[in-house]
Amino acid sequence: MTITEDAPAAHVGSRRLRKEDPALLTGEARFIDDLALPGAIWVGVVRSTEAHANIVGIDGSAALEIDGVNEVLSGADLAPLWGEGALPCAWPVTPDMKNPTHLPVATTTAKYVGDAVAVVLADSRYAAADGAAAVVVDYEPLPAVVEIEDAVADGAPLVHPDLESNECYTWGLWGDNAAAVDAAFAEAAHVVSERYLQQRLIPAPMEPRGCAAVPSPAGGELTLYSATQIPHILKVMTAVVLGIPENKLRVVAPSVGGGFGCKLNVYAEEILCSALAMQRGAPVRWTEGRSEGALSTIQGRGQVQHIELAADADGKVQAVRVKLLADMGAYLQLVTPGVPLLGGFLYHGCYDIPNYMFECTSVFTNRTPTDAYRGAGRPEATYAVERAMDSLAVSVGVSPEEIRARNFIGADAFPYESAAGLVFDSGDYQAVLDKAVALAGLSERRADQASRVAAGSSKRLGIGFSSYVEMCGLAPSRVLASLDYGAGGWEAATVRISPTCKVQVVTGSTPHGQGHETCWSMIVADQLGVDPDDVEVLHSDTAVSPTGLDTYGSRSLAVGGTAVYMATEKVIDKARAIAAHQLEASEEDLEFSGGTFRVRGTPEAEVPLAGIAFAAFTAHDLPDGMEPNLEAHVTYDPPNFTFPNGTHIAVVEVDTDTGNVDLVDYVAVDDCGVQINPLVVEGQVHGGILQGAAQALYEDAVYNSDGQLVSTNLADYLVPSAAEAPRFRLDSHATPSPTNPMGVKGVGEAGTIAAAPAVINAVVDALRDLGVTDVDMPASPQTVWKAIADAQGGAS
Amino acid sequence: MIPAAFDYEVAESADHAIALLAQHGDDAKLLAGGHSLIPMMRYRLATPSVLVDVGRLDDLRYIRTGNGTVSIGALTRHSELEHSAEMAEACPMLASVAALVGDPAVRHRGTLGGTLAHSDPASDLPAAVLALGGTIVAQGPGGSREIAATDFFTGYFESVLAADEMITEVRVPAGGGGWNYQKFNRRAQDWAIVGVAVAGGGAGVSLVNMGSTPIRASGVEAAVAGGASAAEAAAVAADGLEPPDDLNADAEYRSHLARVLTERALNAAGVA
Ligand SMILES: Cc1cc2nc3c(=O)[nH]c(=O)nc-3n(C[C@H](O)[C@H](O)[C@H](O)COP(=O)(O)OP(=O)(O)OC[C@H]3O[C@@H](n4cnc5c(N)ncnc54)[C@H](O)[C@@H]3O)c2cc1C
Repeated sequence: MTITEDAPAAHVGSRRLRKEDPALLTGEARFIDDLALPGAIWVGVVRSTEAHANIVGIDGSAALEIDGVNEVLSGADLAPLWGEGALPCAWPVTPDMKNPTHLPVATTTAKYVGDAVAVVLADSRYAAADGAAAVVVDYEPLPAVVEIEDAVADGAPLVHPDLESNECYTWGLWGDNAAAVDAAFAEAAHVVSERYLQQRLIPAPMEPRGCAAVPSPAGGELTLYSATQIPHILKVMTAVVLGIPENKLRVVAPSVGGGFGCKLNVYAEEILCSALAMQRGAPVRWTEGRSEGALSTIQGRGQVQHIELAADADGKVQAVRVKLLADMGAYLQLVTPGVPLLGGFLYHGCYDIPNYMFECTSVFTNRTPTDAYRGAGRPEATYAVERAMDSLAVSVGVSPEEIRARNFIGADAFPYESAAGLVFDSGDYQAVLDKAVALAGLSERRADQASRVAAGSSKRLGIGFSSYVEMCGLAPSRVLASLDYGAGGWEAATVRISPTCKVQVVTGSTPHGQGHETCWSMIVADQLGVDPDDVEVLHSDTAVSPTGLDTYGSRSLAVGGTAVYMATEKVIDKARAIAAHQLEASEEDLEFSGGTFRVRGTPEAEVPLAGIAFAAFTAHDLPDGMEPNLEAHVTYDPPNFTFPNGTHIAVVEVDTDTGNVDLVDYVAVDDCGVQINPLVVEGQVHGGILQGAAQALYEDAVYNSDGQLVSTNLADYLVPSAAEAPRFRLDSHATPSPTNPMGVKGVGEAGTIAAAPAVINAVVDALRDLGVTDVDMPASPQTVWKAIADAQGGAS
Repeated sequence: MIPAAFDYEVAESADHAIALLAQHGDDAKLLAGGHSLIPMMRYRLATPSVLVDVGRLDDLRYIRTGNGTVSIGALTRHSELEHSAEMAEACPMLASVAALVGDPAVRHRGTLGGTLAHSDPASDLPAAVLALGGTIVAQGPGGSREIAATDFFTGYFESVLAADEMITEVRVPAGGGGWNYQKFNRRAQDWAIVGVAVAGGGAGVSLVNMGSTPIRASGVEAAVAGGASAAEAAAVAADGLEPPDDLNADAEYRSHLARVLTERALNAAGVA
């Protein structure tokens, strides 16, 4: 047998169907609301109908008349449950950041529509809903501040009068650079100055939130089940907030139907159910309704962006200056204040811009708190710089692809140290753009566009570019320390081989739709020479996977997957020592491939992994001093972020009679480094693009001037469906990341980061000859029609 | 999103349904496809204490043609209108409008009787029946009556139907000249922001979501009858109307859309 005949099957890189899907597609998967918990107390939350009001009285008498409703509790009744504890914010971005005390249920004042003001305890979910609807709350309305810019206006009502200002913090990134930035603007041949609005978005995962806290009164233990992305972080935080010893607490995330960041949090209901369960000695559970979730789950985005570019006569950008106003909402949730910072390093996009200045002022408003939503800060940054680059192209008189080409960080510049202080790992941005241009058939599209303009057609064509780079793989723990984040960025993995040579992978990443089980199996299968179906992946239960930092920020593969890879290497090292012992050879003379150790040059001297696994189990004949069993644990702290990048091109047709925008083509070329499973990558990119296009065209959390959320259901909040999806045409251009052994970068957020500016640039491109230079998101038919009418001097 | 408690009765026949309505009074509601009623109950905008399920009355699921008329049983599903060969032949307009309602799941549950009884000015099929000059057959404790579609709708979610009456059949003329339906919405599954139905080569024109009921655009019809061009006739489409203002469209934009879509519909229906 020669080694080439026995080459390992390369699962990595193949389009393997997902292991997760049969259970999901047949309904076998169990979500939070599927848990059967006999005797559970159901919680109904009474939510403020006022944006800002003193709570004068709570009358539960009508609720208590309802069959199955047992108790109505006010915030004051509940306050002893948490004592000094309050909902945590883990990211105090500046030493003087203002952080109002955030109780799970308000006691004196409601700060936003949806703020919990009382709870109903009932025998069923139905009775809890009836009871919550029947509680009468007497409010004394207070002036509310709704819009971001109003919050910082003179004389604005205060969201938290005790904090004496609506300003939460101001954070800047300019170092010694301010003078150089000013000089670049003074000398610039072209200055672009733009103001963009990032509307608030409702994450709307398929499965709303929910939780169930189950006590074991005999031993004082508590198991908290939650539809969460972060069982590990939730465990630590619940222990701290409620003073439950960590060794008595277990957190389980069952099957979780998406999160997009909104389940990366520690919520009032999780603390409430846990505290009540401990107090009552009975299971306590809550399931969120869709419209309830629009108010009670964090929202995304919510920024006013000012961006300026200074360029020389050739359009080479010399400086970028950004001032941001970011909406925190009424309270700080887990990482609310940090979200704008995650974009704060990337307002120069994928361009080599020597001078950089970023400042963010974050404000409180009487609205639902914001927090991380797919891309978290990076979609906002990419939107601003990519829109502004198109404006610069117009000013310089070159095409969007040419202005990008003139400014890209060169392929030979890596590792590239950016003016904002990051070190970019790898990339070839021009090659990526060239591929996208070819795939889009750009010259034919442009010819079509021109002929429609010449014919005076009411169906204009627009072509929009978006070239992006993002920072993923959160994160080097020391970098997080420098940003005052309250935790590290490592990830943990354990790999075990059983006596019958099956593989158990325990990961600290917590999938909620991504496909970790499939991808981790493929990685390990290639390393060990086993079948992916012989690998089980355990996760999302702190009793099974006690160490981890969970899933968000496109970190799973680059950090968690790397930990799995490294743990597997460690197991192979141990197996090699046993093999050397059995074959009476030195470890250096052994090679391992296709699941078999062989002595180099002596092909007949070989031992399969299965034999070693059994030998490690029986421990009858191991090298002196070696522990039995094949098992290894790794905690991996990445040395750097990873930097996925790409160019997306959107083609839209705009009906100038109605303002309707049709997404007729969409090309995306992404560099997410080495791909483990292209099928999973494409799924992430498809969903991501549609989510970004949704911000561009459909989704908007609309508040009226009283602070009432108007779009609280999926008829008014327009999440697009497959029917609205553009034709996705994808390609990739991998430059392996040198940061980790597999060369991976991450792809969970790429589509969302790239898509919104590509689509809006396309809409503006379609209408530029009609005088339109900007269209706000979402570019609804009415918004587009009015933009055209305004540009034409009000004539419709 | 959890409805208030209610009782549930299954009707064995139209007569039985009407008897149950009489027995339970104002708090009872018929349940057909449930795709308007159940969402309203989940928002607690409707809190009937008894639901009378007529969804199993298969004898009211039919499409029959004869004497220049198409007769459709009230429990006929949108998807049945959409896919019926008989409908495609006798009244292709109704088949093609049915195909634009909501999404496949909605079309497999929603019924023609239900959408008419619900009288939502934003719905598609009521406006089509109006433009076609259809007739609605309603049965009550005292027997059946025929109501012209033009007399049927009285306000937002309101019609001349009495609380103890049930729609049993809908009739539209077969054949009948150039037709077109323009539905303008943002997502495929959504109701129309504005819709325009043209039947009989411009003899019947109706508007969706331009007021409190489906609206017969009599000004447009008169202009077409008087020999106006499509553009001239469409120019008066929104005259005198008070269209609603919502997240998708304000009144000014809706009026503009009504004019644009009316011209397109008339053109497609053969009016030059
Ligand atoms: C997601 C979604 C999207 C939709 N999109 C559209 C759309 O784009 N366009 C559109 O036109 N519609 C749309 N609909 C509504 C759909 O067409 C409804 O099914 C239809 O409007 C009502 O029919 P139903 O049989 O479901 O009635 P039900 O919901 O069962 O009943 C509606 C009302 O009519 C009464 N009723 C029902 N049948 C009778 C009868 N025979 N006699 C007297 N009263 C009766 C009921 O008591 C109730 O008050 C949508 C619905 C959903 C859920």
